[in-house]
Amino acid sequence: MPLLPPRWRLLLLVLLGLSIPIIAGFIWLLLTGWFDRVHGLIPAGGFAPENWRFLWETVGGRPPVFVALRNSLIFAVVVATAEVLIASMAAYAISRLSFPGRSLYLGLVLVLHAFPAVSLLIAIFYILRLLGLFDTLIGVILVKASLELPLGIWLMKGFFDSLSWEMEMAALVDGMSRWTLFWKIAMPMVRPGLLALATFALLSAWGEFIIPFTFIVSSRSQLMSSYLQSFLTEAFSDFGMFAAVGLFYAIPVIALFLLGQRYLLNIYSGGVKG
Amino acid sequence: MALKGIRVRVEGLTKHFGKVVALSALDLDVKSGELVAFLGPSGCGKTTTLLMIAGIYQPTSGSILFGDRRVDHLHPRDRDVGMVFQSYALYPHLTLFDNIAFPLRLKKTPSADVRQKVQQTADLLGIAHVLERRPAQVSGGQQQRAALSRALVKEPQVLLLDEPLSNLDAQIRLQARGEIRRLQQELGVTSILVTHDQAEALAMADRVAVFSTGELQQFAPPEELYDRPANTFVAGFVGHPPMNLLQGTFADGQFTVGNVHVPVSVTGPAGPGYLGIRPEDANLRGTVPAKVVLVESLGREQLVTLDLGGPSVKVLVEGGTKPSAGAQVGFGYTPPSLHRFDSAGTRIGS
Repeated sequence: MPLLPPRWRLLLLVLLGLSIPIIAGFIWLLLTGWFDRVHGLIPAGGFAPENWRFLWETVGGRPPVFVALRNSLIFAVVVATAEVLIASMAAYAISRLSFPGRSLYLGLVLVLHAFPAVSLLIAIFYILRLLGLFDTLIGVILVKASLELPLGIWLMKGFFDSLSWEMEMAALVDGMSRWTLFWKIAMPMVRPGLLALATFALLSAWGEFIIPFTFIVSSRSQLMSSYLQSFLTEAFSDFGMFAAVGLFYAIPVIALFLLGQRYLLNIYSGGVKG
Repeated sequence: MALKGIRVRVEGLTKHFGKVVALSALDLDVKSGELVAFLGPSGCGKTTTLLMIAGIYQPTSGSILFGDRRVDHLHPRDRDVGMVFQSYALYPHLTLFDNIAFPLRLKKTPSADVRQKVQQTADLLGIAHVLERRPAQVSGGQQQRAALSRALVKEPQVLLLDEPLSNLDAQIRLQARGEIRRLQQELGVTSILVTHDQAEALAMADRVAVFSTGELQQFAPPEELYDRPANTFVAGFVGHPPMNLLQGTFADGQFTVGNVHVPVSVTGPAGPGYLGIRPEDANLRGTVPAKVVLVESLGREQLVTLDLGGPSVKVLVEGGTKPSAGAQVGFGYTPPSLHRFDSAGTRIGS
């Protein structure tokens, strides 16, 4: 390996120094999940597979972990699917059709995207109560998907903007309606964008905490993030099991990232043109 | 492949985009089986007209007829037109075969027929061996043929070509020009070609419609555009190098601009107007004193720019005698080749 010039070596050292806290965090998580006790980053005590006993028994009145896992999976997949479908249709309309109020709508979407969702929590609580959706999976799915839509719309609009008009004209002359054109021509051509958006939406929904934590109280509808958080509320927290649950919670995300990173890298080169 | 040409008529066709008038009151009659070129600078309304005939744009007013059928309110798919775009607009996620088959499949054609028709069209255009490739995997010329195949495979009544050659390399362009024309004549399909390249329009078309600023300037066979331009716009636009146009006064058998007097023998009353002389009709053997300003070699000929003591003119001189800059010469022209226009720019006389 060729030696790096001194200035680069210095830069590398600085970057490494900045990354140490994060790396240390991951090492702590890995060690704590598998050992009895960890002092600093050094395992003390023996190997402790019992940290993982939440997998085969219910712990302290919590629901079985697989209920939370199933709920989280449903939550993430439905949120991502709804977001991709609705955002791409809305984005296509904004990008390609001229309708009254188009620019107003575009501005609103941007403002909504910038709006901190947390400040809406109490308002959303009242609305969910009114609709009878409080403490239901469908309720939190709707809330999460709605809050994520502005970002999705903007992202997809960039992808649709970069499609050629001539392609659409050709499709119309070939005999397509606008609707079939959208599904058969426009959607396949923005596939990198769809995959990227789906990946982001899945990750974001998978890691979502504040919405399910606030709007779900019964244990049968609990998601993984609330399940994990419940280990911190006891007087004496079991750090070992907390870490093990945390690792378990991260496995699907890591798998997804490994599968989807090619599209994630493409998202800024192919899409966002505003 | 059997195509039926159809007569295409456009009556009072007008298109406004907001306050901008893109096309005003166009009347045009394209005969069955004819190839008509729409020629003009960008923004002249030629593409707007084509897109209205295709059904992409709705006219603001006026009508479009295919044969006796009025089509201007029909969806593009109900008009039976094939279209080739400048960018070819092939679907990048489909193979050439699927691209060409696309319009047939949308019409629910049985798959055996689809296969046979795609194969037949691809054979005709010489791309049968690359049908399984995607557009990005074939050359520009092959993409262009695929786009033409897609337009022809559904056996349209009208073929619309929007700058189909301008993305090709200069060498292939000449070849493709000839091929499209031959194919069009063989198939007998009524065709409209939009181009900003006059050489393309003159070489390919039966008749050329010259557009400027949303208005039709002249609609005539290529020879007539060249020999009898209807106004100063057509005179200056068609022909390369462009016609010399001098603004001055006609009186007593001569044309006067400033201190320059050019003897003319054109008909029409005395008065102000334009005198047009093509560089190829002008020579350096005349009587109007002139100074050579610039000599550009075009290979076989020299393009000489002359200063007539105010106005300047360009003269094409055959090889052999090469005038040098600064020399005093006599500007003249071959007698019957003058063009006279009135002060509004409209042609006078024959």
